[in-house]
Amino acid sequence: MAELVVDNLQMHYRTREGDVRAVDGVSFTVAPGRALGIVGESGCGKSSLGLTLLRLLPDNGRVVGGSVRLDGDDLLAMDEETFRRRVRWRRISMVFQGAMGALNPVLTVGGQITEAILAHERVSLADAERRARELLEMVGINPVRFGDYPHQFSGGMKQRAVIAMALACNPELVIADEPTTALDVMVQAQVLEAIAGLRRQRQLSMILVSHDLSVIAQMCDEVAVMYAGKIVEYGPVEEVFVHPKHPYTQGLTQAFPDIRGDRAPIVSIPGNPPHLADPPTGCRFHPRCPLAGEDCARLEPVLDAKGSPSHRVACHRVAEDGSVAEVKFG
Amino acid sequence: MTPADVLLEVHGLVKHFPLRRGLRQILRGERPAVRAVDGVSFSVRRGEIVGLVGESGSGKTTTGRVLLRLEEPTSGEIVFDGQEITRLPQAGMTRLRRRMQIVFQDPYDSMNPNMDVFGIVAEPLRIQRLAMDRHELERRVIQALEAVELVPAEHFMRRYPKELSGGQRQRVAIARALVLEPDFLVADEPVSMLDVSIRGGILRILHRLVRERGLALLFITHDLALARHFCDRVAVMYLGQVVELASADTLVQRPHHPYTQALMEAVLSTDPRVKRIRVGLKGEIPNPADPPAGCRLHPRCPLATDRCRTEAPQLIEYEPGHFASCHYVERALERLAEPPVGKNNHKQFSEKNLPNPAGSDRL
Repeated sequence: MAELVVDNLQMHYRTREGDVRAVDGVSFTVAPGRALGIVGESGCGKSSLGLTLLRLLPDNGRVVGGSVRLDGDDLLAMDEETFRRRVRWRRISMVFQGAMGALNPVLTVGGQITEAILAHERVSLADAERRARELLEMVGINPVRFGDYPHQFSGGMKQRAVIAMALACNPELVIADEPTTALDVMVQAQVLEAIAGLRRQRQLSMILVSHDLSVIAQMCDEVAVMYAGKIVEYGPVEEVFVHPKHPYTQGLTQAFPDIRGDRAPIVSIPGNPPHLADPPTGCRFHPRCPLAGEDCARLEPVLDAKGSPSHRVACHRVAEDGSVAEVKFG
Repeated sequence: MTPADVLLEVHGLVKHFPLRRGLRQILRGERPAVRAVDGVSFSVRRGEIVGLVGESGSGKTTTGRVLLRLEEPTSGEIVFDGQEITRLPQAGMTRLRRRMQIVFQDPYDSMNPNMDVFGIVAEPLRIQRLAMDRHELERRVIQALEAVELVPAEHFMRRYPKELSGGQRQRVAIARALVLEPDFLVADEPVSMLDVSIRGGILRILHRLVRERGLALLFITHDLALARHFCDRVAVMYLGQVVELASADTLVQRPHHPYTQALMEAVLSTDPRVKRIRVGLKGEIPNPADPPAGCRLHPRCPLATDRCRTEAPQLIEYEPGHFASCHYVERALERLAEPPVGKNNHKQFSEKNLPNPAGSDRL
């Protein structure tokens, strides 16, 4: 069980069009054994955030401010060698979107998990193999398939095998970036069930990055809604999804109707998300926001607890007592 | 509804993709094939949105392509506006394509990146020789762009696909399909690559075209929740066959087929207060080159008996307009009333999420 505290994290990509502020002053805490969802649309910085935490940024990406602490250890201050040996995969690991495609086709699945263990820990081959079999079983794959090659696995099994591999070194925190995107619903349910089971057994902390509100709603305790590199709303998932305050969150929840709810038109938020090389001034959502006033274009709202201490929102239109107009998107 | 409302009908549509034969198969006279579509029947009326829902490998995309004869059907019958078009020569199809159009999932893949928006949208008019002079061409392109809310149209006409957002590109793809003023449109996963905040805009445009122009729309999607809210009727496909067909409301409120029920169960709720993840069915969709005998769902079906292993069920109308192909629809319906068994992830299953057994009032 580990606690991750991220404070005012800023990460930029250098591009020909200027600096892209992909993560722009993001703060959150993942308490021990808890699951935080990061929800947002393409280009909002949610995947960059995961890469920043694991220090897997491409050459043009750099952290320009803020701190990341895992149980008090400053991860950004650590030299790369120490981070690689002590933290990456051992304390924090990551499951990438479409990671099942990253399995080596000419090695057995069990062999690849074993290799991952041996690469990070000094254990005997027999011990590593035994642990690999346990891991397979934990994600719902019969250990007799240890010697199978990836092509003998279905898509859902491959994705579960990748999750088993991410857990090979008993990490305390897992970052899962769209772990079930592109999987069919029943396969998605199998994979999510495997993740939920592992979390219970090992009291894993988790950050789950997704565009899919239903995945976050079902898997997470807290949620941070990201828009244009910033967290615009943050709190317990029951609060944020059931009583969304930020107009953007209100729009997202309306655009994602529940299958069991009454038949309703599927709404959209007007306009497009901004390009992060040149984001709007003030509140970044203001050009798309039905509630925007003159102050919204000028002043950047801060993420504030309004009305409820655990539910924070960055919006000028939310009153001090937490009340806000209900926004109806068309 | 009168029969005249029906614009497109398919009967027993089959599309097999032959596989290369091994020596043993040649000697045995076997002809192995991927049975992508295997006896599909349904209809689409004017001014109606029919959803074709299924997992990957269910044959939904192939069905859409065969309807437009982008793939040649192996057998079966396609009737468009009273005319049998299954064996119409391609020259006749070219004329008919004016009336039948398709929009694909990824607009970027289906657009010439070196053409500007005007060129892309005008191209079908040129191919069909429908606009004789430049002025007429421009008028119709502007009209199509305005219909998909790319305004001012003059502003968008000179732009290139790479300068547009994903949502704008999909609008251009729809404008290109619309410029011929078709009666029938197949939209194959038209919003699945788009952001949640954007997709509603595309759906609103399609919806308006259906209601205002009487367009018949076949909406292909993997997303049952989307189909439930967007479509009038929904056909659920499994391994090349339609297993259930009903109005969108009754399909989700009172699913008759164990597969539809499982699909419903596996769809996650966006309500975080009801935490439950259910796998639905064990295993995954089998290889369509070697589908199970009898009912294709039987190896995964909780209700399967010996009969299901040998005898393929027919698509039967159980309630007006509600079709299902299952030997045990009654037992399947009884399951809806029972409290569900299985793994509840965190909290107790909530009553309000049970499909409503009294929900057939729309029929």
